[in-house]
Formats: sequence, C-alpha cells, structure tokens
Amino acid sequence: MSEGQAVASTKEECWLPNILAFACNWCSYAGADLAGVSRLQYPPTVKILRVMCSSRVEPAFILKALKDGADGVLIAGCHIGDCHYIDGNKNAEVRINNTKKALAKLGLDKRLRLEWISASEGLRFSEVIKDFTEEIKKLGENPVKHKIEPQIKADESRFNASANKSAANVQGSE
Amino acid sequence: MFKEVSEMSDNKSTENKSTIEKDNEEKRVGVFVCECGVNIGGVVNTKAVADYIGTLKGVKVTSVNKFTCSDSGQADIQAKIKEHNLNRVVVAACSPKTHEPTFRACIEEMGLNQYFLEFVNIRDHCSWIHMWEKEKATEKAKDLIRMGVERSKLLEPLQASEVPVTDKALVIGAGVAGMQSALDLADMGFQVYLVEKEPSIGGRMARFDKVFPTNDCSICILGPKMVEVARNKNIKIMSYSEVKAVEGYVGNFNVKVEHKPRYLDVVKCTGCAKCSEVCPVEVPYDFNEGLGTRKAIYVPFPQAVPLRAVLDKDNCINCKACAKACASGAINYDMQTSYTDLNVGVIIGAVGFKTYDPEPRHDYGYGLYDNIITAMEFERLLNAAGPTGGHVVRPSDCKEPIRVGFVNCVGSRDKNTNIYCSGVCCMVTIKNAQLLKEKRPETDQTIMYIDIRTPFRAYEESYNRSRNIGVKFLRGRPVEVKEDPVTKNIKVRVEDTLAGEIRNLEFDLLVLATGIVPNEGIGKIQQLLKLSKAADGLLMEAHPKLKPVDTTIDGVFLAGCASGPKDIPYAVSQGSACAGRATILLKNKKAITEGITAVVDTNICVGCEVCIPMCPFQAIKFDEKENKANVVKALCKGCGTCVAACPTGALEQSHFKNNQLLAQIKNVFRFQEVAA
Repeated sequence: MSEGQAVASTKEECWLPNILAFACNWCSYAGADLAGVSRLQYPPTVKILRVMCSSRVEPAFILKALKDGADGVLIAGCHIGDCHYIDGNKNAEVRINNTKKALAKLGLDKRLRLEWISASEGLRFSEVIKDFTEEIKKLGENPVKHKIEPQIKADESRFNASANKSAANVQGSE
Repeated sequence: MFKEVSEMSDNKSTENKSTIEKDNEEKRVGVFVCECGVNIGGVVNTKAVADYIGTLKGVKVTSVNKFTCSDSGQADIQAKIKEHNLNRVVVAACSPKTHEPTFRACIEEMGLNQYFLEFVNIRDHCSWIHMWEKEKATEKAKDLIRMGVERSKLLEPLQASEVPVTDKALVIGAGVAGMQSALDLADMGFQVYLVEKEPSIGGRMARFDKVFPTNDCSICILGPKMVEVARNKNIKIMSYSEVKAVEGYVGNFNVKVEHKPRYLDVVKCTGCAKCSEVCPVEVPYDFNEGLGTRKAIYVPFPQAVPLRAVLDKDNCINCKACAKACASGAINYDMQTSYTDLNVGVIIGAVGFKTYDPEPRHDYGYGLYDNIITAMEFERLLNAAGPTGGHVVRPSDCKEPIRVGFVNCVGSRDKNTNIYCSGVCCMVTIKNAQLLKEKRPETDQTIMYIDIRTPFRAYEESYNRSRNIGVKFLRGRPVEVKEDPVTKNIKVRVEDTLAGEIRNLEFDLLVLATGIVPNEGIGKIQQLLKLSKAADGLLMEAHPKLKPVDTTIDGVFLAGCASGPKDIPYAVSQGSACAGRATILLKNKKAITEGITAVVDTNICVGCEVCIPMCPFQAIKFDEKENKANVVKALCKGCGTCVAACPTGALEQSHFKNNQLLAQIKNVFRFQEVAA
C-alpha cells in the first residue's frame, strides 16, 4: 500500500498521456476485465471503448480520436485464429496497418497500436497499457490535437446535424 | 430454411421501425453509480462523480447505491425511471460481461427497451486497477461515465431476435464426461452424435486400474456405462472420427465429421480378434502407455465399444494374413476416409486431457534410467489386463520391486512446467501405493510430496488409511536422482523438510505422478469452436464460478478436463451439467440472440458490393433487382466488419452505430470542458 502511494505521489508531477483503447467484446474487453479482477495496477491513462469486434474500428474513428485529444489509440482484438467472428481481426489488421501507413506521413504512426489480447491475458493487457503509456510519454503530447480545435467545432456542428452519416463526413474531411 | 428465417426476422425489423419512429422525444437520462461495497466506493469518490455527472446535459437524475445490482439497487432504478420518466439508463458499475443482462431485464420491466441501457465499467476498468490513485481514478470514472451518458442519448430500441434450435446435440470426446452428457441428453429424448477420435469410447478412465478413494475397478464401473451408451438408440457413436469443420451458430451448427478408415467393415467385424492373432507385426501398445505390444490389426482393449478391430495402416506390412483369417470377410484394405455432415443445435466439448510427458525434460531422470516410470505406466502394470497381468515389475530386469518411491507434482506446481496443481495426483499416488501394499505387503512405499491435497469426500480417509497400512510420507522434493550402474536401483537425495535433514534413499522403482495437461488437438477444437484458451493451454469457461460449463459461444459447452484438471466425480457432474444447460436450448427449440446486427440504409447504398466478401457468415446478399446490399438478419452475428468497410456509410451496426461510437470518442478527453 505504502509503496503504491509512493509511486502515485512521484507520478503526480508527470504528464500522463490520454489513450483510447478499442477493445473487442470477446477477447480484449474480457482481458481488461481479468486485469481488473486480478487487481493488476496500470496507469490511469487508458479509457476503454467496447466494440463487438476489432474489425468494427474504422480509420475515421482513429483519426477522430487523434484530432479530439488522444495521445495514443490502441486497438485490441482476439489473437489471429481465435476471432469470435472467424476472421474479423484479420480485416482489422489490414485496416489498422493501412491507417498506420497514412499516419506515418503525419509522423503519428507510433501513436497507433494494434495488439492481440485474449480473454485470459489480463497480465498482458496491463503490460500493453504500461508499455504503450511509456512509449507515448517518450513521444510527448500529440502535436495535432490542439491545433485543430476550430476544425473540431466545425466538425461537431456537422456531426450534430447529420448524426447518422457523421462517419462518412469525418472520412471526407480528413 | 434460411429463407424462412430471414422472412421471420424481416417481420421483426418492421416492428423495430415502428418503435424507432416513436422515439423522437427528449432524452431523459438517469445515471446510477454503484459503489460495489468498497470495490468501487473505496477508491472512486462516487459522490463527486455523481455530482459532476448531474451537471451534464440531459441527465435528469443521478443516484449512488451501495450495490446497484441488489434488489434495493434495482428498485431504486425502477423508482427513478417512474419518478423522472427516464428514457435512458446509465449504470456505472462492474462489467457488462456479467451484469448487463441483469440491468437490461430491470429496465425492461419498466417498459423501456432493453437496449436503452448503457453500461459503464468503473470497477474492472477503473477502481480495481487504480487502487492507489484515488483522485485519478475518480477523474477517470467521470470521463468513462460521460462517454456513456453521451452514447446513451443516441441509443436506439432494438428487438432481440429468436433463432430456431435444431434439437440434436454433438458431443466431442467420449470419455466419462462426454459419455455422461450423451447419456443424459439421450435419456431426455434428444438425438446425440458422440464423436471420439480413438477407435473405442471410454477415454482415459478405461485405462485406469482402480479409482480412488474407494479403489473400485475402473473398467468394471465404466464398462457397463460404455455399453449403455452403445445400446441407447438416441446416441450415434462415431468412433475413430474427428470433427473437421464447424460452421453456424447456436441452434444451427453445421459440423463436418471425418471418419478415419478402420480398413474393415464394422458391420461384418465381430471383434473376435482372429485377425490380430495371425498378424505378424508387433508395435508398442498405446493403450498400455507403450508398455507391451499390440498387433498392427487389433481390438483396442477387451471391453472396447464398439468391439471392432482396427487396422493401423502405418505399421501394416500388407501380408494380408488378417484377410485370410477373418471368417466374416470384414477386411477391406481399400477403405477411404469418409465424411458425415451433421446439423446440431448444441455442441458439448469433452475433449479430455493427457498426462504430462516427462521424457523431453528428463524430469527426475525419466527416460535416462530404466527404473523410473510414470503413474499411468504404474497403473497399467497394476492392471490385471495390463502387459504383465497385474504384476508390478521394474523395467530393467522384470523383477518385482520391494522399495518403491513415488514423486508427486511432476509437471505440476512447477514454474518450469505447469504452475497449476493437477488436483488428482496426490490421490492417484496414495491409491497406487495402497494397491501395491495390499497386493504385496512385503513392499515398502515412500511418497515424496510438497503438500498432500485431499479435498473431497472420503479422500482424507483414504490418505489416513494408507498411513495406517504403512505407506511412508516424506515432505520434500527430490533434488537429485541417480541410477546405480550395477543394480539399476534409483538413488534419490531428498530434503525431508519436516525433519529438517537431507536423506539419501534407494529405491528399486521410482514412480512419477505426472500432472494433467491439455490434450493434443485442443488447439484445433478451440479454433473450430471459437473458444478462448487460457495461458495454461486449457479451454476457458464463460465464468469460472457461475458459468463453469458454458463458454462465451452460445450453444457450446465444456465438460471434463478440457477446462482444467478434474477428478472423475467432477467430470461426470460437468457432463450432466452440460446436458442440463444444453437441454434449455434443445427443449425450448429456440435461442435468443442479440438484436445487434448490421443494417443497410438503402437510400445511401450504391451497390458497390465491397461488404459482401467481408462478411464471415455470408449474411450479406446482393439484391440484383434493386442493386443494393441486403443483410440477412438471422445470419448476421453483428461484428461490424462490413460496417467499417462500407465506403458510403450505408451500413450501420445497430447498437454500435457510427454516431454512438463517435459520441464516446468525442467525450473521452473532456473536450467539452476544454472547448467551453
């Protein structure tokens, strides 16, 4: 306990990155649950968003997250071969790799990660978050997130106007 | 059949539309923050969280409960729904994986669509993992709930759909657990296909000599059960067969079973074993753990079910002696692999285990010295039908040993092999030592153990009994095992941790109690059934305590050692439990599936067909006439792969719509406050 408190107080001054994690319902979300049940402590840098499959994650979501203030985006799915939907994760892999290539041109590719974390890998989940947090700390704050605030506002009005088709809009505006 | 299903679900979707149209009213959100005793409340300042969330637009009421899932917690939700006329409910508590159904039912009772519930995990994903960072955890909880509130406002009503269930079951693995499942289901009147990869059913239990704690003869109690399985008209045994492909979903699995060729006609074969009498080839006998030999054509063991011979083509020298000896002309050397396609509603995986193999690592000198054997080998030596007719002999000189040492926890409770306890080996060793002592009282047994674990009924009594008849127990793990080059005796150096001294012992025979490890092919079954595998290589149940035989895949259940080490009563109980769980589906003839599916907006769809090959379930059909994609709801499993692929945004995943997910993304980073 005292050790934990000490760690917390030294970290008090440090900048902590903001990470958004898309976790698939079947493996990685359950893996994160297991990390919790096992009380595996990891930094409070990550917020998990549940999707049914990692393949649901559109490149637009990643770009939107980076624009809106994410310092890192993690996509976590079942191991190849273990996908609840046969091979959804293979589609995710293709999409995320392509998005990474696009982000490389902006120098943001290291802020996007794809990891396979099974329902039994609570430890791995916590390790991935720790590792990613450290990596993002080294990279520093996401350089684009503050520069594009007016753009976000414009985006937002569109987003509210046509809620259903906003993904298509975001995609168009990138 | 699919056509009928799609028509059925189309009716449902029109119902949906009517409810969606009604849903244009103002969003009135109620947020219920759970303290989960101290699990959340001890870390997260729930009052501060609730106060903050109360300031968000659309939130009409917030409430903090000690246990939101309790009766009073649920009553609070229902009262607040009534009082504030809420139309969206956000529960911030534990994991939706365990508690979402509870709260869905709770709000549905109040007339709200169950999909108007948004579940936020502030325990497993917040308080439990930031136990020492209370302030940060509180801030994170606020963020997580804000994400949920914003998403909840955009949730749309959905209808869970029903799928028909084929009232037939597949049981994979005909060990004692699988046989119990098959028998129970068959007795309830359902057709069962029992697939076993070995030529005979019976599994591992058929190889045991006697079973603890009562030391009754294993095959004497298992044999009648095997015959019962064979006699049951509702069970179709598919021995020497393997599941090769599984497609479909709960209620409607299409399974391809491969039948390996036995090279003889099972109808003509009488199991007389005349063929093996004349067969000139001898190979190590796997049923006897490689001790002794069998012929290339053989009946697996005397009590085999089906009692039919099998030709091991790999070792056959094609002398055709067996064909000449067979009076019924059953031998057919040209037999080919054949396949059967099954349609079943549920699948029970009882794929069993194997024992840890100490050979590669030479644990305690196994494989290096002759007179070290495993407990399973010892078991076969004890067995009257075993290679020595029930005489325990040592391999080096076939003499009956006097001093026998037993080492526990080989391949268990060891960082270098498997960290888990295999559970049964203590009792196996105790039983083996007793049996030897009873057979030959002049023998001397020493059991070297770490801890003796005897947790179930009559186990401790059996342990006491073995002490009373003179079996010695020594707490300590051997640190050095050597062979005397002349006598071939085994010299063991072991620390007696109770006496606090090093002992040098000499044994005529050393028996290693090897642990339980995942069966070969467990990975294949795991992939076929889409199950999760734990770090120890064993299959994962849906919940370790409350759903011990369910899996995360609806309609798939697990029995026996596939999901962890178990003794026989436990495996049998699980077999029955699986049958019971499966019967719920088989008897109701329907399964409720999530209303989460892909939906096409035909106004936007341009008919580019990008989505069609993306679907792993072939659920998207192309409507040639309209030039649009069409989702067959009964086939759609709601993964959203196609939605992410759709270049026009015509496809949406209900309950995970773009605007719903974007609302969460937008609200992760306190954007609103920064912008304001």
